[in-house]
Amino acid sequence: MIIDDFIVRAILAGLLVVLVSGPLGCVVVWRRMAYFGDALAHSALLGTSLAIMFDINPLIGVMLIGIVLSYLLIQLQVKKDLSSDAILGILSHGALAGGLVLLAIMQSQGQRVDLMAYLFGDILSVSWSYLIWLSAVCLLVLALISWLWQSILAVAVHEELARSEGIAVDRVRLIFMLLMAVLVAVAMKIVGIILITALLIVPAASARRFATSPESMAITAVLFGLLSVFGGVFASMQWDTPAGPSIVLASVALFFVSRLRLKA
Amino acid sequence: MSSFLLKADNIGLQINQRQILDNVSLSIKPSEILTLVGPNGSGKTSLVRVLLGLIKADQGRLQKKTDLVIGYVPQKLHVDGALPMSVLRFLQMGNKVSADDIAHMVNTLGVRALLKQPLQSVSGGEFQRILLARALLRKPDLLVLDEPAQGVDINGQQQLYQLISTIRDEFGCGILMVSHDLHLVMEATDQVLCLNTHICCSGHPEAVSQHPEYLKLFGASLDGIAVYTHNHNHSHDLSGDVVEHDHHGGCNHDH
Repeated sequence: MIIDDFIVRAILAGLLVVLVSGPLGCVVVWRRMAYFGDALAHSALLGTSLAIMFDINPLIGVMLIGIVLSYLLIQLQVKKDLSSDAILGILSHGALAGGLVLLAIMQSQGQRVDLMAYLFGDILSVSWSYLIWLSAVCLLVLALISWLWQSILAVAVHEELARSEGIAVDRVRLIFMLLMAVLVAVAMKIVGIILITALLIVPAASARRFATSPESMAITAVLFGLLSVFGGVFASMQWDTPAGPSIVLASVALFFVSRLRLKA
Repeated sequence: MSSFLLKADNIGLQINQRQILDNVSLSIKPSEILTLVGPNGSGKTSLVRVLLGLIKADQGRLQKKTDLVIGYVPQKLHVDGALPMSVLRFLQMGNKVSADDIAHMVNTLGVRALLKQPLQSVSGGEFQRILLARALLRKPDLLVLDEPAQGVDINGQQQLYQLISTIRDEFGCGILMVSHDLHLVMEATDQVLCLNTHICCSGHPEAVSQHPEYLKLFGASLDGIAVYTHNHNHSHDLSGDVVEHDHHGGCNHDH
């Protein structure tokens, strides 16, 4: 059987992303940040369209908007008359709508923009040069995660306890948020903006049952992520389904399998 | 050389235009047990958070002994069920501790049997002792306990306070504890500070003679002290229940 070049590239790209989304996704589940992940992902569309408009690297655009979103979130949370839930909903959909409007304006001015690729990913069009760039970014993020892992964990367990023990909680949270923004920027290509949060939380949730330590959960989440990428890309080849949603569907199927009770 | 572990002068704190703490001063000396008591909403937990450096006071000054190591036992610690972590791992996390130290500590606190259990499966009283073990493994100069008896039944509470006295003797650390249950704390504490936004009365049930200037500093300006001193005189003769009742009565009448 001959495996096409682009499938190899797609699998490699997926592998690199789940290497990062596995551990980050576990932290998102532990700290109940799924909605924040969603908001960050939605803001990525605004970041990308601004980047296209000003002709800068999309990664930088996505990260800048991610930082603005997090800053606004923190500022709006100071007055405690609205829940984070409501504030995130406003920021998330505001950013999504802003991105859609901006893209439409650019399209009307004759720019060629593939909205569907942003929304649902385009893993099958990954080039070798993108792959090299992607591996550099993912390995850097992975290195940062392992370097900060103990602090990230302490903050996930209890922020005040961590603070009282001398961990720079605000700095850890900021860096974690930046790492999330980077992940969103690179995962856009794989599953698209709409489904990035799924790539974070579904493999982590599947891993929970098999894990006895935070680390084993992170590693198991990476494995579930890998299986999802294989399954999704295979399904996409076999039945000509869109790759991004197929990957997410595969991960959700694996989640339900992980919940099955096997008789010993 | 400083003679205190932690010293707060004229601490004031406002949250949403509400005065939470007003002109609160205190100092904790090495191997001293200081207990903060006060009604709900009296600012006990806020004061602890200021002393720990978790929030910044709006007024006043906070001094710490250089390289002060604090072991903090928070009031509630909910660990998300999605986070797989054994008791042992929780004790090791963030602490560079030897296996011997952990073995010794879990024996002292009676949590040895729980080491392999998931953190989410232990009871309230067990969890308090685990938190205490974790704080002590840091070899603290000062142990801070926020309502250590919360969620622990009456028998467990008595044991816990006995344990706290033992800890001070064995580890030689200063202890700051928050409690709303004065009569249980009475026997285990050197100083009591009654807080109701400001310090309304203070004193040391067992060891008045060791700190003679304390009453002058903190108790002289308020009527509450008369009531408190009254309690105090009786605490050696009467049952704890009577003491607690009188004390709270006095405090509430003042405000």
